Amino acid sequence: MKTPSINTAKAPSGIPALLKTACFNALIALVLFSLMIGIRTEAGSDGQLTYWTRFGDLASIVAAVFGGSIVIELLRQWIGPTGAEKLVPPALQSGMSFVGRYLAPALLIFTLLVPVIFYDQRYILDLAILVLTYVMLGWGLNVVVGLAGLLDLGYVAFYAVGAYSYALLATNFGWSFWVCLPLAGILAAFWGVLLGFPVLRLRGDYLAIVTLAFGEIIRLVIINWQDLTGGPNGVSSIPRPSFFGIPLDNSDNGLAAKLGIEYSPTHRIVFLFYLILALALLTNWVTIRLRRLPIGRAWEALREDEVACRALGINTTTTKLTAFATGAMFGGFAGAFFATRQGFISPESFTFQESALVLAIVVLGGMGSQLGVALAALAMIGGFELFRGLENYRMLVFGMAMVLIMIWRPRGLIGHRAPTVYLTKAQAISSDLVKEGHG
Amino acid sequence: MSADEILSVDRLTMRFGGIVAVQDLSFAAERKKITALIGPNGAGKTTVFNCITGFYKPSGGAIRLTHGDGKVIALERLNDFRIAKQAKVARTFQNIRLFPGMTALENLMVAQHNVLMRASGFTFLGLVGAPVYRDAEKQAIDLATDWLKRINLLDRADDAAGNLAYGDQRRLEIARAMCTEPALLCLDEPAAGLNARESAALSELLLSIRNDLGTSILLIEHDMSVVMEISDHIVVMDHGVRIAEGSPREVRDDPKVIAAYLGTDEEEAVAVMESGS
Repeated sequence: MKTPSINTAKAPSGIPALLKTACFNALIALVLFSLMIGIRTEAGSDGQLTYWTRFGDLASIVAAVFGGSIVIELLRQWIGPTGAEKLVPPALQSGMSFVGRYLAPALLIFTLLVPVIFYDQRYILDLAILVLTYVMLGWGLNVVVGLAGLLDLGYVAFYAVGAYSYALLATNFGWSFWVCLPLAGILAAFWGVLLGFPVLRLRGDYLAIVTLAFGEIIRLVIINWQDLTGGPNGVSSIPRPSFFGIPLDNSDNGLAAKLGIEYSPTHRIVFLFYLILALALLTNWVTIRLRRLPIGRAWEALREDEVACRALGINTTTTKLTAFATGAMFGGFAGAFFATRQGFISPESFTFQESALVLAIVVLGGMGSQLGVALAALAMIGGFELFRGLENYRMLVFGMAMVLIMIWRPRGLIGHRAPTVYLTKAQAISSDLVKEGHG
Repeated sequence: MSADEILSVDRLTMRFGGIVAVQDLSFAAERKKITALIGPNGAGKTTVFNCITGFYKPSGGAIRLTHGDGKVIALERLNDFRIAKQAKVARTFQNIRLFPGMTALENLMVAQHNVLMRASGFTFLGLVGAPVYRDAEKQAIDLATDWLKRINLLDRADDAAGNLAYGDQRRLEIARAMCTEPALLCLDEPAAGLNARESAALSELLLSIRNDLGTSILLIEHDMSVVMEISDHIVVMDHGVRIAEGSPREVRDDPKVIAAYLGTDEEEAVAVMESGS
């Protein structure tokens, strides 16, 4: 009697339950697809309705759903969040923590060497620049969403403000990139504060909707203000960045000529690579420092409990505004870089899809985690390119991958939180305790 | 009433639509004393607290806070965070409101936000690592460590606040409020959910806050053992009005208080009140 009782102790995850779930899913599939796939209708030669049955196809679809739901259920039990730790042997766990400790430095060293390793592969360099741009955008949005817990769906607006600031200042006044870069950041931060003011009283879904609208407003203004922005035609022939005043071109006073080496267009790509790497690392450094300053702690406290913050004398209004402004400033820097890299910008580059992509990177990475966001940007942008061969199925595969990751790690790749100050030992805080914020 | 009042509430009224939660309530709290606000459930105690700490704007009446240097602040005119920042009134909540995903130490550091913010030159000095800020942060950590020692949680300093036991969370919330270095500490049911041993430790902590630091305390509490043991003055409320006031002994023997707590029906209550006066 004892043995079966032990077996049935795990009844919810046992084989009968598994089959029951699979049968249920198959039944739903049968009902759903019986009309969609089971019967095919078409207009006949005289316009009359002709139809024929495809029960064979229907049976195979239902069978696929049946098998698929068993596989998914098994996967859930093996790698799902419940009991995942028990299945990982301790040796592997310590190995993982070892990898975890050295992952960030290793990634940084590898990134520094990318232009050396892939010098001849223009495609990889371009892709690396794109990934780094999104890493920077992710880190910028992380301040707003991850630290302060304010859901911002219009982040692309600041990216656009930065890009257009540089493009217009450089083409109209001929100012250099290095003068325009801080200006682009300041202007974006200014718009961040402007957006912040009306939305401060809103929370959660309401905040998300208003920020979404703000992103669209900026785009529509850019499209319609033809005199200034060129409308849908965009701004073209934006100056390329110079190496502190020395242009990176084939001319006699270009960098290649001054160094006495042969000119190659790759020089500019490598320069752009290190430029965005420096900008991204600046974002990272500032964010890490801000987290350890009172303002950063106030952001995180705001995400945890806004009422308690007010009871402690923290001005929640200015705290939220600084989060918006800081995030927007980094978005502005990234935008200026985008403009100088592309040489041409138009409103099409700043659609809602970009906001959604950056937000997905932050959520996938684990809100608040710098390393997680970097890994997520690599996975999202790199993965997007990786699946390019699948053409039409690319989005399908990508969506499925996202769903699987969210089942496996509901709080993102790196869900735990590192404390900003400690007495004896910094312990990672489990994601179960950390709040997501509610606007 | 003695001249040294830290808080005086004068004819405070709070209406929510047609419901009058607090009506013409007047009382005072003395400096360096523990004043308790008691009453049956729904008497309006927490509403009074929310008015004092700026979470509600009173419908009428005045709330005056007098600092040790004689400065008088009209609390009903300040809004939420300024009451904590400028008037130096700190509070805890009936349902604990710690930052659960931050460590105990971080919770106490957030409480010192305004001091640290000034020291960090509103972030700019701190960002470049100025020594001014580093010293201020060290001092803030020292103050936090000091409080962790007082509440016996020094060995849990680096644990997430959400992972602490319930009683520890209560004490940590009080320590967090004290880290704002308040003139008046308002505690909303600090002993709720504590066992007898934890309640005794809480009483000791509150007495030491009054005796050693000279902080005035205003307290809402249902646990009569705590109230009677540590209060210097008790105000009793029922249905939004003050029904009694006095020392613990006076209040304990007051028939109106007994009637309110035992929940007599109206005629009986009138009879009790008449017999009492």
